[in-house]
Amino acid sequence: MKPARFCYHQPTTVDEAVALLGQLAPEDGRILAGGQSLVPTMAFRMAQPPHLIDINGIAELAGIEVDGDIVRIGACVRHTAFEVAGAVPGATGVWLRKVVRHIAHYPIRTRGTFCGSVANADPASEWCCAVTAIDGRIVARSASGVRRIAANQFFEGVMATTRRDDELVTSVELSLLPEGTRCGFAEFSRRPGDFAIAMAMASYRLVDGNRIAEARIAVGGAEPMPRRIAQAEAELNGKTPSTPVFAAVADAAAAAIDPMEDSNNTADYRRGLVRTMTLRALENAA
Amino acid sequence: MTETADRWIGASVTRLEDLPLVTGRGRFAGDIDFPHQLHMRIVRSPYAHGRLKSVDAAAALAMNGVAAVWTAKDIADLPPIEFREGPNENLSPYRQAVLAAEWVRYVGEPVAAVFAEDAYVAEDAAECVFVNIDELEPVLDAAAAPTELRPGLGTESTVCRQGYGNVDTAFRDAHTIVELDVSIGRHSAVPLETRGAIGRYDAARDVLELHGAAKVPHRNRESLARMLGRSTGGVHLYEGHVGGGFGVRGEIYPEDVLVLVAALRLGRPVKWLEDRREHMIAANQSRQQRHRIRAAIDGDGRLMAIDDDFFHDQGAYLRTHGARVVDTTCGILPGPYRLPHYRVAGHVRMTNKTPCATYRSPGRFESNFARERLMDAIADKLGLSRIEVRRRNLIAASEMPFERPLVALGDDVVYDSGRYEALLDKALAHIGWDALQRDVASRRAAGEYVGLGVAIYVEKSGLGPTDGARINIHTSGEIEVITGGASIGQGFETVVAQVCAEMLGSDYRQVRVVHGRTDRIEYGIGAHATRATVMTANAAAVAAKKVRDKALDMAAQLLQADAADLDIVGGCVVRTGMIGGPAISLGDIAHHLRPTSSTRGERDPGLSAEGWFSTSHMTYPYGVQIAVAKIDKGTGAVRIEKLLIAYDIGRAINPMLVEGQLVGGFAQGLGGSLLEEFRYDERGQPLSVTFADYLLPTAQDVPFVDILLTEDAPSGVNPLGIKGAGEGGIAAAGAVIASAVDDALGASGTISHLPIMPQQLKMMIDAFEATGAAAASSGSG
Repeated sequence: MKPARFCYHQPTTVDEAVALLGQLAPEDGRILAGGQSLVPTMAFRMAQPPHLIDINGIAELAGIEVDGDIVRIGACVRHTAFEVAGAVPGATGVWLRKVVRHIAHYPIRTRGTFCGSVANADPASEWCCAVTAIDGRIVARSASGVRRIAANQFFEGVMATTRRDDELVTSVELSLLPEGTRCGFAEFSRRPGDFAIAMAMASYRLVDGNRIAEARIAVGGAEPMPRRIAQAEAELNGKTPSTPVFAAVADAAAAAIDPMEDSNNTADYRRGLVRTMTLRALENAA
Repeated sequence: MTETADRWIGASVTRLEDLPLVTGRGRFAGDIDFPHQLHMRIVRSPYAHGRLKSVDAAAALAMNGVAAVWTAKDIADLPPIEFREGPNENLSPYRQAVLAAEWVRYVGEPVAAVFAEDAYVAEDAAECVFVNIDELEPVLDAAAAPTELRPGLGTESTVCRQGYGNVDTAFRDAHTIVELDVSIGRHSAVPLETRGAIGRYDAARDVLELHGAAKVPHRNRESLARMLGRSTGGVHLYEGHVGGGFGVRGEIYPEDVLVLVAALRLGRPVKWLEDRREHMIAANQSRQQRHRIRAAIDGDGRLMAIDDDFFHDQGAYLRTHGARVVDTTCGILPGPYRLPHYRVAGHVRMTNKTPCATYRSPGRFESNFARERLMDAIADKLGLSRIEVRRRNLIAASEMPFERPLVALGDDVVYDSGRYEALLDKALAHIGWDALQRDVASRRAAGEYVGLGVAIYVEKSGLGPTDGARINIHTSGEIEVITGGASIGQGFETVVAQVCAEMLGSDYRQVRVVHGRTDRIEYGIGAHATRATVMTANAAAVAAKKVRDKALDMAAQLLQADAADLDIVGGCVVRTGMIGGPAISLGDIAHHLRPTSSTRGERDPGLSAEGWFSTSHMTYPYGVQIAVAKIDKGTGAVRIEKLLIAYDIGRAINPMLVEGQLVGGFAQGLGGSLLEEFRYDERGQPLSVTFADYLLPTAQDVPFVDILLTEDAPSGVNPLGIKGAGEGGIAAAGAVIASAVDDALGASGTISHLPIMPQQLKMMIDAFEATGAAAASSGSG
């Protein structure tokens, strides 16, 4: 379990990193951020990139910054950053904080990065689900410029995105959700910390006293990529929170998805889990 | 202190082993390096079954830093890996060759070995060795009709048959017959430290050394010496720290033989460390059995007969244990119950999967599961409680020792002592069974899927026949105990030190315990089958008694006293009961017994002695496990909320270590019951090759394990009265978890397979809920 030989590059600016990536991407040069997915696959020799461009030394990628009603998460921000109360303000911060403790285990969270998870696009990634739920934008930079890609235009399938090989994800931008937004998260895996078999995120606001508005329901882990479930959101908007309403929303989410199958999990089981997780995410939000 | 006073024996003292381990100064296989060593990398079969046409190593050999690449042709003089218990003509065609020659029979089978300057180059080169294999259809179902692996080599390598009485008559006369088809998934030990082997030939001494040994160094020395055509005096094994054994580590595998042969022939030390993926396909797997088991019952729920026909998925080869797991399964299956008639046939079936052998509690995890499922089914069928049906069948204390005309591990099965019903009563009282039943019933009425499980079992321990120990007290006063035992992390040094300290009136921290070294003592059987404490501690006690007598004899002369009036207290010989009187330390006595000492007289030099302990029978501890399980109906996930292990150890040398063994064992058993499985696809490709696919229990999955340790039935077959604990926690884990989950479903008999998967439970629960069948209606107990 030793990786194949590779060249290691350590740029100190984004310009330098992007230039290197432009030059090395055609030879399967890869970005190394937290390395929590890439390095094990290299140890198994499933990935044998001849070049690694380590962006951990680039100071400008290290921070979380708030810009009006947007929060910008730099490419080297670790998962653990979101465990700190107030790291991201308002409801968005609360939601991310609920999500983060489900990501793998603590040592992994101290190293793995938010943007790395998004770029890796594992269907079971909590952050991919979160970026989808909040309609985030992925900021991708190459020698030819910067693209801001909406989440629903970014994920294409299992570990597949619309990012070009020569593009570095420098940050992800999330909207700061309005005050009063209630947010919930639930996922199921065989053991805590494992890749989830299904997960759901739910948020809404109460307007006119007790009427639900701005519903967001996103499902991850069950399909090749996370997505918001319009049918479930429609079922929720305009209603008053109650167990039967939540159950109807969960049924709508379960009905709307086309679940993946694997050797342990049938499509039916996954569909059932989506129902349970949607219900629990709503309860978690309430 | 008198000779029999309890001071160290029975005390939960801290482990002598811990200091280097917790300060990062342990010495595991990976820590062992020799100058100029080569690194070995194995090229493994990518196919489950095939004809090996050719191996092309030219590209690998041309690489910088590659010293050699071997295929079967290069070691054609080596025999296949032999059985530890000696030759077996019928089984010998099923042994594994060190490197595959003409056929490959599982994914991961060694086909070639690369030797290179470093581990990276070795792995690069291994990728450039091209194996040409014609893939054949794999055999994957051990319970299907027997077929042939190749012409003349059947998949049924042997059938182990045991039994007594007249089973057919019993079934004819039975009031009720209960029949089950139950199975256990393939899983095994996955220790934190993977295997490792470092071979070194010391030409100056003409000694071939194997470092990284574990479990059975002396037995392996004999096997390796025979395979390599060397004298046993010219082969030495060295055990370092072992990061988990559990049965799989320390057996002879192809890699162990290869590093030794390569060290001899390439003239350089050779190091091999198994990586995790290799461990998942190359190290012994275990457990996979399917039992078609039935019981004949009389009108009162008493067992008249058990008839079991089971299929053991052995994988591709018979390794060092031969068919032992199957034999043990046959011999242990009746457990704690009276059973007038019994017939069992264990089919050892070869498949195109990784070979199987022993994993902690081999044959018992499986047979306890099958038998206890049967007891639950009997209770259900007769409308008796799960406790009552067991109570009616337990062997009574008055029937001890209890002989059964069966054989397990080559020993006649004679339960030496046991008060089974008393332990059951203690366990029920300890956990508050009646209140627990009421609590579970009310939770079920409220819609929860929660249940109670119980399992009763007999363990075996102290496998003989003989073990020795040599004690030497140095002039410094340090007590050195040289044993043929082995330490796989279980606290072996501590317990042996406690026994010696007790006998020699000394602090156990004054005792240095040597183990796992073939160059320090000629014989030893090692650490397996829950034998190390029972055998080695008793041998050490014999040796210590001799040393004690010799010390008192020498001291009697020096103190001008009668030896009968002397005692050893605090490491000094004193007059019994006299405080502040004359005292002479054991170190000083050792000084007087030096070869050149003028005070020694006619005594043999040295304050030292050798002691042996022999036994013709194993000793049988026993236990009761009770579990509360809850199923999350939204996901099918099982949570073990409460777990009690009541266990009679006979006599505990160190209760804390016994508890540690029981808790650790249960944690592993929970893995095999709910999480762990080596799965294969329809081509025989292994699907569980990483920790993302093979799920070990974590701290978050394992409940608090409550231990009720009793000493009601000391062993009658060894002077210390001790029994073993190493496998007592895992042995009934599958049985008790299945019982509790089954009860939580309110549908007895629905759990017939391990591991229990959430998907399966959710399907069942969804079906119950859809049909409105209230699980709450069925009572626990």
